[in-house]
Amino acid sequence: MSSYSELEPEIIPPDAEPVVRVQGRSPWQLSWARFRRDRLAVVSLVVLALMLVFALMAPLWASWTGHPYDQTFPKTALDPNGQPVGPSADFWLGADQLGRDVLVRASYGARISLLVGIAAAVLASLLGVAAGTLAGFVGGWLDTLIARLMDITLALPYLLVAILLATTFQISSVAASLTMTVLVIAFFSFAAFGRIIRGQVMSLKEKEFVEAARSLGASKARIMFVDVLPNLVAQVTVLTSLLIPTSIVFEATLSFLGVGVRPPMPSWGSMLGEGSDVFQSAWWLLAVPAVLLLLTTLSFNLLGDGIRDALDPRSDRVIGKK
Amino acid sequence: MVRFVLRRLLYSVMVLLLVATLVFVFLHISPVSVERVIGGPKATTDTLEQIRRNLGLDQPVLVQYGQFLGRLLKGDLGDSYINGTSVAQLVADRLPTTLWLVFGAGVIWFVGGVVTGVFSATHARGLGDRLVTVVVLIGLSTPAFVMALVLLYLFSTKLGEAGFPFFEAGPPLQEHFLRRMILPWIALSFLMVATYTRLTRGSMLDVLGEDYIRTARAKGLSERQVVYRHALRSALTPVVTQFGIDLGALIGSTIVTEKVFGLQGVGQLVFQSISLGDTPVIIGVTLMVTLFVVVANLVVDVGYSFLDPRVRLS
Repeated sequence: MSSYSELEPEIIPPDAEPVVRVQGRSPWQLSWARFRRDRLAVVSLVVLALMLVFALMAPLWASWTGHPYDQTFPKTALDPNGQPVGPSADFWLGADQLGRDVLVRASYGARISLLVGIAAAVLASLLGVAAGTLAGFVGGWLDTLIARLMDITLALPYLLVAILLATTFQISSVAASLTMTVLVIAFFSFAAFGRIIRGQVMSLKEKEFVEAARSLGASKARIMFVDVLPNLVAQVTVLTSLLIPTSIVFEATLSFLGVGVRPPMPSWGSMLGEGSDVFQSAWWLLAVPAVLLLLTTLSFNLLGDGIRDALDPRSDRVIGKK
Repeated sequence: MVRFVLRRLLYSVMVLLLVATLVFVFLHISPVSVERVIGGPKATTDTLEQIRRNLGLDQPVLVQYGQFLGRLLKGDLGDSYINGTSVAQLVADRLPTTLWLVFGAGVIWFVGGVVTGVFSATHARGLGDRLVTVVVLIGLSTPAFVMALVLLYLFSTKLGEAGFPFFEAGPPLQEHFLRRMILPWIALSFLMVATYTRLTRGSMLDVLGEDYIRTARAKGLSERQVVYRHALRSALTPVVTQFGIDLGALIGSTIVTEKVFGLQGVGQLVFQSISLGDTPVIIGVTLMVTLFVVVANLVVDVGYSFLDPRVRLS
């Protein structure tokens, strides 16, 4: 057992109870403890984990049902009138208008949603942090340039320009359309992110501890990476986690309009777009992708709120507690 | 003040110029061949060459760019490649539907957002507030097109069959205006109501914590007067600012709602033009939509600088 002071060894009487000391907890441990108490956030984490498993199982669903995602089964999946069959023993979540398995396609769609959502959010936050810190820290003409560029990006009619981009480059391969979708989403999301980071950096720059570092002779680069950036970690984590659902919605919207992820790769958005003509007679074509999409974005939003409350106990929800 | 307005105006013109250039560059490097679009699949090489010459596409890029800007300055957006109608005319035909869609949705989301936001803030941590928070989160998580599809399915198909025709497809400006617009309005405003509830609630809570609110309460004013006279007025400033910006921006994002409900607005026009390769229409609509955004930003900035002189100095 260690003692409080090396000079004055602690004397423990032989028959005394062992002293139980309060263990120090790191900020991350405290945040984790707060997060665990947030039941909604924990539930959404579980839902997202299940969604990930559902996505990873995509090839398994295909082999269990014997229905590859891009293959049509006109004999078994369509009734004599050419209408898709509903949920049954053969097609667990029904078939789509071309006679493909909705379960298998939805599971591949989950891969696309999670992949594009997370990749675009991470890329946007990297771009946003780079632009925001550079503008806020260096200042001067560089700040003016970056800040104006971000303003202009925010003024662009993003859906229109995204459609224009996607059709301009007439992408037909699945991989290229995935890359393109991620890039488009990241491009239109980074500016809002960068603006917040820029403001944060500008206020951090004036703090006493940065002045202290400067007076100790720390270089600009050291101040930026050692003093300023670590202070942004909490904010960046929260913003990124809240950007994921926005990116998922963005991808679904682009794919719904037919300019996101290209067929034959299914996406929840394109499933909703392609099936919209037969919803009246085939409700599962609307219900399955819509419920999955809503469940995923809602869980990510709840998770993001939970992370924010855990990392910053003073934030929004607690203000109301008077 | 005049300098501030002039500077903002100059900046707005720069944004428009930049967007125009961007669109020009995109369409120039696009592999879609315009002469093929006009001439059709059976056109001979000679015909294609003739079309290129008529459109001035055989000239160097910079000359084309100069002519493009020159026409823009004169307010000439060109003619559609597909049917020869002037772009200005096409846009003018479609704009009313989109404007009605956006403004109707705007009224719903502003009133809805502010009312629920104030309720939520004055009943913070209560059951009502929690309920609102849950609904807001669902609203924030629902893509506009999913909301539109679900509404269309429920109200048009199911209730329509049951004898309650809540929705009817068709051009809304001719007849049955409300019946044709109400579902699109709800679909378009659902997410925004959620956003504005959050915004108003946060802003109200900030203001209610201010010293002057305590003073107002100490003076013995009724809670109603404190909330609506003193707090709401200053809490609304950031909300109104955001409203101006969003209203302008929304004009560019009605594409989805228009598509689902079959409304022939500007969004559908540009979407169809993109798939047809009708360049002048794409450029025209993109510029017009950007103009709305830029003007909205300008109005908000200038209006704000009247209310709050600190803005002008930064």
